[in-house]
Amino acid sequence: MNLVAVFAENKPGQTARITKILADAEVNICWVTIANSGSFGVMKFLVDKLDVAVRQLKEKGLMVSLLEVMAVEVADTPGALQAVADCLGRHHINLANCSGFVAHNRAILILEVHELAQARQVLQAEGLKLVSQEEMLKL
Amino acid sequence: MNTLFWDRETETLTRPRLEQLQLARLQETVRRAALRVPFYQRALAEIGLKPDEVRSLADVQRLPLTTSDDLRSQYPAGLLAVPPDEPVRLHTSSGTTGKPKAIFFSKKDIDNAGELMARSLVATGVTRQDVFQNMMSYGLFTGGLMMHYGAEKIGCLVIPSGPGNSERQLMLMQDFGTTAAHILPSYALYFAGFLEQRGVDARRDLAWRKAFVGAEPYTEETREKIQQALGLKVFNSYGLTEMNGPGVAFECSHQCGMHLWEDHFLLEILDPKTGAPLPEGQCGELVLTTLQREAMPILRYRTRDITRLLPGPCPCGRTHRRVDRITGRSDDMLIVRGVNIFPQQIERVLMAHPQIGRNYVIVLEGLDDLTVQVELAPAAFDGNVEHVADLQHQLTEKLKAELWVRPTVNLVPAGSMPVAEGKARRVIDKRSL
Repeated sequence: MNLVAVFAENKPGQTARITKILADAEVNICWVTIANSGSFGVMKFLVDKLDVAVRQLKEKGLMVSLLEVMAVEVADTPGALQAVADCLGRHHINLANCSGFVAHNRAILILEVHELAQARQVLQAEGLKLVSQEEMLKL
Repeated sequence: MNTLFWDRETETLTRPRLEQLQLARLQETVRRAALRVPFYQRALAEIGLKPDEVRSLADVQRLPLTTSDDLRSQYPAGLLAVPPDEPVRLHTSSGTTGKPKAIFFSKKDIDNAGELMARSLVATGVTRQDVFQNMMSYGLFTGGLMMHYGAEKIGCLVIPSGPGNSERQLMLMQDFGTTAAHILPSYALYFAGFLEQRGVDARRDLAWRKAFVGAEPYTEETREKIQQALGLKVFNSYGLTEMNGPGVAFECSHQCGMHLWEDHFLLEILDPKTGAPLPEGQCGELVLTTLQREAMPILRYRTRDITRLLPGPCPCGRTHRRVDRITGRSDDMLIVRGVNIFPQQIERVLMAHPQIGRNYVIVLEGLDDLTVQVELAPAAFDGNVEHVADLQHQLTEKLKAELWVRPTVNLVPAGSMPVAEGKARRVIDKRSL
């Protein structure tokens, strides 16, 4: 699954500026997260029209990159995240970033790891379900 | 490589012949200054030196030094050696603080400045076939006009585009097949980014092969970055308004130091603290005496620029000695937490880093906090916040090792910093010391 990542200065008005470009291009944001590190930040979006979003943001002079992540569906019960983390840990895969939510009684984790292919394989072997980009957009 | 000359005879004079010429011109300059310029009249009287006591080139060391404050103190009248209605041009130096320096030119002075520019440009390989886009500002700043005259003398098609308006610059380059351009180094870096954004590959889509940069200090790393980004040769040049403007010293096609035109300027390299002359190869302050200036001769001008004489002859055959790139302007030095820092040190670290973009600014604020704000190169962003944070950390450490002061490094998106049309303002000092 691909996210749009945008590099921005960490100062007031930046989120508004970036999301206005997406709004004007009629791009719908299905999920968003912002990671700040001192003077700068990276905004990551899951959007319905990836190509349009990238093109429009670049045209407006923003630094944009695609970021491949994975979405995993887990049981909405205690210990679900722990099971995923434990599985990755056992295989020495570092979790660079993680966020989760429950929508329509489905618990979804979005995971950022360096070893994506290996992570997919080991989680599937544990019986976990990977959620595709199309599926995420339909949630 | 077939060496081109504009004035082969003068450019290849034997050293004894050149020095003979220098001495005659020095004696004439001192005579005129003593006779016509009250400022020098007084200064020479004070040390009890008569013009006819200048009998050898070494005697230049007996003459009084002229500082930029001296020139400022003579504003607006200047150090005129001709009747006030004789000069045909006034330029002022870009004084960042206080009054500027008023520099007057006679018709002959303007013509000489153009000659030196033509000589300099031909030394890099410019010919009348070249299309020369002059992307520097015209006006009180000497750089734009003098370079224009030089290129025109050679017979180039000169496009006086001035700075800024990248859209139009590109259109002119494409429509008229610009082969050479005069441009600020900071603008050249910005322009390279602009071309990238437009999908213009300078190597493939433009005929632009030579760039003359100057007017701001920049490092060898920056030159390399410009050469790589635009696929052309960048030639260093040295000049200052007090000495006609650009074209005091210029690199030839060998790009190995700048030939200082010694038939027009007598050069000395002095210890900036003691004023003692330094041997060839040693870094010190460049001090220049005009040898052919009519309207405003200047004796032993302290340029504040730090450089050294390069030993040995240049393969091009020119006998005029070469000075190294200016490694610092003693005026530019910053003192941060008691440590001397030259902005060029910071630039060198930044530009050597491929993940770093082309624009940066050094901010001093608070009590003594050094912040370096720098653009991330477009290709360096992969969506991962950690990678950017790592780079920031690396830069901080490298700068700390170079400067002995720990800076705060702020990485910002490419293109987010304003680009100056004139000299880029690289240092902003907001300290409340």
